[in-house]
Amino acid sequence: MRKFLILLVALGFAGTALAADIGLVKVAKGSVQIQRGATKIPATVGTGLQQADVVITGADGSAGITFTDNSLVSVGPNSVFAIDKYRFDTTTHAGEFEGNLKQGRLAAVSGKMVKQSPDSMKIRTPSAIMGVRGTEFVVQVDETKKN
Amino acid sequence: MVRHLWVIAAAFIAAGCSCAPVTPALFAVVPAADGHIGRIVVTANGGEPRLIDTKYGAERISADGKVEKVTLSEDEIKSTFGPTMEALPGRPASYTLYFLEGKDELTPESKIELDKVFADLRHRPLPDIAVIGHTDTRGGLEYNDNLSRARAERMREMLVGLGIPAERIQVAGRGKRELLVPTEDNVSEPRNRRVEINVR
Repeated sequence: MRKFLILLVALGFAGTALAADIGLVKVAKGSVQIQRGATKIPATVGTGLQQADVVITGADGSAGITFTDNSLVSVGPNSVFAIDKYRFDTTTHAGEFEGNLKQGRLAAVSGKMVKQSPDSMKIRTPSAIMGVRGTEFVVQVDETKKN
Repeated sequence: MVRHLWVIAAAFIAAGCSCAPVTPALFAVVPAADGHIGRIVVTANGGEPRLIDTKYGAERISADGKVEKVTLSEDEIKSTFGPTMEALPGRPASYTLYFLEGKDELTPESKIELDKVFADLRHRPLPDIAVIGHTDTRGGLEYNDNLSRARAERMREMLVGLGIPAERIQVAGRGKRELLVPTEDNVSEPRNRRVEINVR
């Protein structure tokens, strides 16, 4: 029993110390889900994010995320936001952030990597791509009209 | 026939073709809390990069493929992005608190300042806190490494005592390696005896 508990604790620590986490959900209202590969997990405050995750919100949903370079991104209702690429070097502050807003709205505040090298953060939408030189901005993508 | 197709294609290109309907999009610059106006560069598919660097300045892409520079009002931004912007997490912040010489005890002024720091931390749902201790240049490397570490640890204890979960706080000591005020070696300098508290 005791061994089992120790194992549980060890696993718990391993879980929180996952190096692959690039960001953390700090705000979650209504329906917020993370699509990771083939699985969908509900996002709550404290859920870690990884590269290639897709944040999906419902009609009542919104989410706020902090990234390791101090970038902040919030996603509004009825939105689909994919983190296509993310890397950040805490020593040099070099990095790359490619987000993809497929639908809905987002607001963002750029972080250390953009300060270090402008345009290292990009937000793609179906019809355009935006380079971020700093610091606060919003993006909306309308739902494709069904014909 | 092939020639015919080429002529048609050329006509479309010459007309600045908006043959296929595109997904509408809007990109806008909003002022930061301190009033700073940022810069974004928007490149519509197949278009040229365009710089937006004015307050509520925006690039709007319509369903017919039209791309235009517009300036939105604060109300328009709020009605479209209100719930989205409300979900933005608190801005990262940094605080510096000062210590008595050779001790891990805060100066009386910094003890008062700690209340302000705590008021900020309390409003963050899941704070990531880094506490970095520093010293002035009096004494040897090892002595100051230990002192800076002790200051950072002491600060963590205080924050935990105020109700911040210990696992949210990382501590490090930088000794006399990172002076706020550059001095010669073996100089007593109150502004170098400090901890930085970085929170996001």
